[in-house]
Amino acid sequence: MTKKRDILITEVALRDGSHAIAHQFTVEQVVKVAKALEEAHVPYIEVSHGDGLAGSSLQYGLSRTNEFELIEAAASVCEQSKIAVLLLPGIGTMNDLRQASNLGAKMARIATHVTEADVSAQHIGLAKELGMETVGFLMMSHMAPVEKLVEQGRLMESYGADIVYVVDSAGALLPHQVRERIQALKQHVGVEIGFHGHNNLSLAMANTLVAIEEGATRIDGSVRCLGAGAGNTQTEVLVAVLDRLGIETGVDLYKMMDLAEDIVAPILSVPQEITKDSLVLGYAGVYSSFQLHAQRAAKKLGIDSRDILIELGKRKVVGGQEDMIVDVAAEIAKKKLEKTAR
Amino acid sequence: MSKLKVAILGSGNIGTDLMMKLERSALLQLTTMIGIDPESDGLRRAKERGYEVIDTGLQGFLERPDLADVVFDATSAKAHIRHAKLLKEVGKTVLDLTPAAVGALVVPPVNLGEHIEEGNVNLITCGGQATIPIVHAIHRVSPVEYAEIVATISSKSAGPGTRANIDEFTQTTSRGIEVIGGAKKGKAIIILNPAEPPILMRDTVYALVEEGSMDKEAIQASIQGMVETVQSYVPGYRLRTEPIIDGNKVTVFLEVEGAGDYLPKYSGNLDIMTAAAVKVAEEFAKHRLAAQTV
Repeated sequence: MTKKRDILITEVALRDGSHAIAHQFTVEQVVKVAKALEEAHVPYIEVSHGDGLAGSSLQYGLSRTNEFELIEAAASVCEQSKIAVLLLPGIGTMNDLRQASNLGAKMARIATHVTEADVSAQHIGLAKELGMETVGFLMMSHMAPVEKLVEQGRLMESYGADIVYVVDSAGALLPHQVRERIQALKQHVGVEIGFHGHNNLSLAMANTLVAIEEGATRIDGSVRCLGAGAGNTQTEVLVAVLDRLGIETGVDLYKMMDLAEDIVAPILSVPQEITKDSLVLGYAGVYSSFQLHAQRAAKKLGIDSRDILIELGKRKVVGGQEDMIVDVAAEIAKKKLEKTAR
Repeated sequence: MSKLKVAILGSGNIGTDLMMKLERSALLQLTTMIGIDPESDGLRRAKERGYEVIDTGLQGFLERPDLADVVFDATSAKAHIRHAKLLKEVGKTVLDLTPAAVGALVVPPVNLGEHIEEGNVNLITCGGQATIPIVHAIHRVSPVEYAEIVATISSKSAGPGTRANIDEFTQTTSRGIEVIGGAKKGKAIIILNPAEPPILMRDTVYALVEEGSMDKEAIQASIQGMVETVQSYVPGYRLRTEPIIDGNKVTVFLEVEGAGDYLPKYSGNLDIMTAAAVKVAEEFAKHRLAAQTV
């Protein structure tokens, strides 16, 4: 593989996909997937709890396997592919990052809400100090105007980030909104730009292509759409589409398809598709990992999970506020009860 | 009855809010406001109200140490390390509102009694002040194996100090959950929410109690009692809903509305810190008074 890659893909199934299976990855699964991704020449593989390092919690869901074991296992079977980790300041700490680096992680993706980049300065600084390639990951990018996004991207650049990502955590961005965001960042930020999509409105691929058209060179995908909500841009499909467009990813299409079909599909208890709940995530602009939590709360209280998600969208809840789901669900159930009592 | 003389070091938002709270205290007499910027709103207000105003920092106070016996430090963690040393040398009691955690960690309704003669007391974090009482309230009924807290605050109420060192929050709070709350293992998460108008501080406490030790009624009563105790010095502290008990898991949803003294009401996270600091100082005052009269 000496061909120059036009686009560098990060496979996120072993991190974002953790949400879709309630953080139940085993070492065996991670090793199998990572090995196959290495053989398919995927340049970066992200491995962490769905909410990043130290995400294992009652708030987000406890990991079945300690994520550091998963990171170490993935790193042990990858020579070419680099292991990436996600860290949300406020959840994970610099100690977690050091440990991941010791275990072989080569890329650090430091994620904040799109308006809160200044909590990432220390973590970005440490990642650089540890010699890691460092990404500033601006989540819920649909919630801020373009100028704000640019300002925050520039902050992350100033802390030392090598790459700044537009992250459509809710799968809510429309193609023209992705276009104006990437355009503005390309214009005002000196580092490489990336895009992370979710397929809740069936726009992950379209948005990714628009991002690439505007100059994004780092793209996230999840094989078989193994990601939160309806999943991300489907990696094996993206590889095929970019090949047709004459854009070199350096990823082996056949091997990607085989891994999707033979290794990843069996991990999923139900295939990833756009269900009414994931559609509502995109429609209401709600963090994709809320889906399973909202479904659980709805079932328990006998209400419609869509009502919970729509209400959360109205209240401008940000990523990580899973405790609001139970709270809002209880309120809706109470109102419903009052209505029927009348 | 003579009041305990106190000074505030730091004339920013926290220091100024403290000033307004201390005006209501029957046990404490604010004498001095110490800052470094004579133009700061805090120092101007202190002057208007007739307090001694020192605008040369701690050095100015050290030249007139008789002005106060207790000093509230509302500067920064880094500055506090220096302040703590200098104030100790002149025998002043220090209540530290920075995350420096040099002195004993104190949550007033839980462990103030053990530290009533301490020379340096640290107030941990806002999340710690809001949640550790609840962890303790559960633990005193059923031993807590694991406690996790999630503090969500409005972006506007998170100052540059918190933002520049957010790990300090998660680490110091987790430590407090274990050491003071009593949990075998503690974890803390903080989330900043930029919504407008700003949201009130919210805290969620999850606790897993020892298998077979769950006593639903007793835990609910203990939590209720603790909430009332905290309310005695933080009136805007309240449960959002009844605690949820499921198997061996207890989930408690809290909300903290500020008193709106100097800081806006949404910043309950800052209010609970200043209120806790005043509470500690008042208990110190009572203790000293009792010692004098004996």
